[in-house]
Amino acid sequence: MGALTLSAVTKSFGTVDVIKGVDLEVQDGEFCVFVGPSGCGKSTLLRMIAGLEDVTAGDVRIDGVRVNLTPPAQREIAMVFQSYALYPHLSVRDNMGLALKQAGVARPEVGAAVARASAMLSLDPLLERRPAELSGGQRQRVAIGRAIVRRPKLFLFDEPLSNLDAALRVHTRIEIARLHRELNATMIYVTHDQVEAMTLADRIVVLNAGRIAQVGAPMELYNDPANTFVAGFIGSPQMNFLKAGALGRRGETLGIRPEHLQISREAGQIGGTISHVEHLGGETNVYVHTEVHGLLTVRLFGEHRFAVAETVWLTPEAGRSFLFDAAGERLRG
Amino acid sequence: MAKARQSLPRTAAAHAILIAYTVIALFPVFVVLINSLKSRRAIFAHPLALPGPGTFDLIGFQTVLNQGDFLLYFWNSLVVTVVSLAFVLLFGAMAAFAVSEYRFRGNLLLGLYLALGIMIPIRLGTVAILQMMVAAHLVNTLLALILVYTAQGLPLAVFILSEFMKTVSADLKNAGRIDGLSEYRIFFRLVLPLVRPAMATVAVFSMIPIWNDLWFPLILAPAEATKTITLGAQVFLGQFVTNWNAVLASLSLAILPVLVLYVLFSRQLIRGITAGAVK
Ligand SMILES: Nc1ncnc2c1ncn2[C@@H]1O[C@H](COP(=O)(O)OP(=O)(O)O)[C@@H](O)[C@H]1O
Ligand SMILES: [Mg+2]
Repeated sequence: MGALTLSAVTKSFGTVDVIKGVDLEVQDGEFCVFVGPSGCGKSTLLRMIAGLEDVTAGDVRIDGVRVNLTPPAQREIAMVFQSYALYPHLSVRDNMGLALKQAGVARPEVGAAVARASAMLSLDPLLERRPAELSGGQRQRVAIGRAIVRRPKLFLFDEPLSNLDAALRVHTRIEIARLHRELNATMIYVTHDQVEAMTLADRIVVLNAGRIAQVGAPMELYNDPANTFVAGFIGSPQMNFLKAGALGRRGETLGIRPEHLQISREAGQIGGTISHVEHLGGETNVYVHTEVHGLLTVRLFGEHRFAVAETVWLTPEAGRSFLFDAAGERLRG
Repeated sequence: MAKARQSLPRTAAAHAILIAYTVIALFPVFVVLINSLKSRRAIFAHPLALPGPGTFDLIGFQTVLNQGDFLLYFWNSLVVTVVSLAFVLLFGAMAAFAVSEYRFRGNLLLGLYLALGIMIPIRLGTVAILQMMVAAHLVNTLLALILVYTAQGLPLAVFILSEFMKTVSADLKNAGRIDGLSEYRIFFRLVLPLVRPAMATVAVFSMIPIWNDLWFPLILAPAEATKTITLGAQVFLGQFVTNWNAVLASLSLAILPVLVLYVLFSRQLIRGITAGAVK
């Protein structure tokens, strides 16, 4: 039995179906990331697991126990929000201890639990401060600390890094990964950022418009996408989608990642003109306008000299392309 | 502090307009105050003159304070205003929380129904209210006034507060729910402090009409023991003779308590939303 099981879970707001039947099993100790574009229902699904939103149909089980009707406080979960959601009138120490205090845990034990969490996140100097006296990064560390104190069966994160600046985001991401190893806890993490998903997850659940598009380990999704949605969502820059017919291949669409498209000034399969070049130092992205396939992206490693308006030829690397049918489903074999 | 973008003439013009408005608004109050300190003859001879050595007279205040019941009228007004305000704020905030926080069938309709009173003056129902109060044996009690004023203040309170409560972070409330706080704790400890400026606005808007009202005290509680200050001041306004000293003195005194309440609430108004709950 997994730590979390969702069976045929749906959610409707009035006549609008937001979650359209989700089946998922999350194993004990797993780091599971829900990823998908904004508005696809990630937060709604997470709130249903937390009990903040009731389930229209289907079952939510935590540790094998059906919790559809259990209030959030009794589900033994902890949640970290994008907006931190610290209690403004309480000190950091009281913010972290509140849940245990509410559950009737004795004071010395609450103190010990807060001290342990605070040591893990180096929050000791901040314990007496109010949230208003903390920076954004510190607030988010406190919010994570508040979650740890409870020793929950399930950690839920809803885009916890979205309000942080780029440097802090990388730092906190590493911190969350470290906590997952140290606590050996089951974590469910929602993000719209595929880099966060790829770097943190044991397993990624890609959501598209309220349905699971694919579930798998990061490299499975990258190397073996089940449909054009996953193929386009995972990987940056985005995968190129070419017209399969024009290349003499079967199916409707041929997908090829920018790093698997070869570029040459002399000869190749597809001709085009360069419309834009991005120099990032470690890599160079070349955007090529083609007659048949529209704008294609080529990703080159290292520094390369290409000029806008130059005519170039592109060739998909053999064995690196994916074929999809008209409905966007992968054609295998 | 002047911002670099604002030009001096523009700032001067804005201040001139505001000062002019302040002068116009305060002028009647000023006239009442200076005349309350003058003799009757001086009031009529030079209504705009400041009280001087020849014209200074406290006869108005003496009349008012010697009119034994005046302190009682004051007390009645204060009780009615403060208790009604407390009810308006408490029940208004609770209703606003329910309407803005919970999704249920008829939520929108209920919100509209609660706000309907903004457009329909409660005085239209005076006859029915009087009949109800008679039936409930509440005529000539302060409770009658408190109930009516609470009903009168609720629509605006619900309307303003529910808009404000929608802006309180849903994450904060949800964090409270996950940590095991009851809905009451979430309402009183998390939401109310964050909408304090809106509460102060509602308090100021509701307070003045209650304090100044003459209609309902006259109809529902005209007895000596339950008279409010506005009603009490009427004894000096006769059909043939009016004791202007006493009227002006009682009006001056009546300004004080509202002023104190206003200062209390406006500090909240200015203080602004407690920072740091969310980003
Ligand atoms: N309380 C609500 N009432 C109506 N629609 C909602 C509500 N909450 C979310 N939705 C809708 O559900 C969809 C998914 O929302 P959400 O789960 O927040 O998306 P995500 O977190 O993936 O960006 C959105 O289209 C949103 O408009
Ligand atoms: Mg979301």
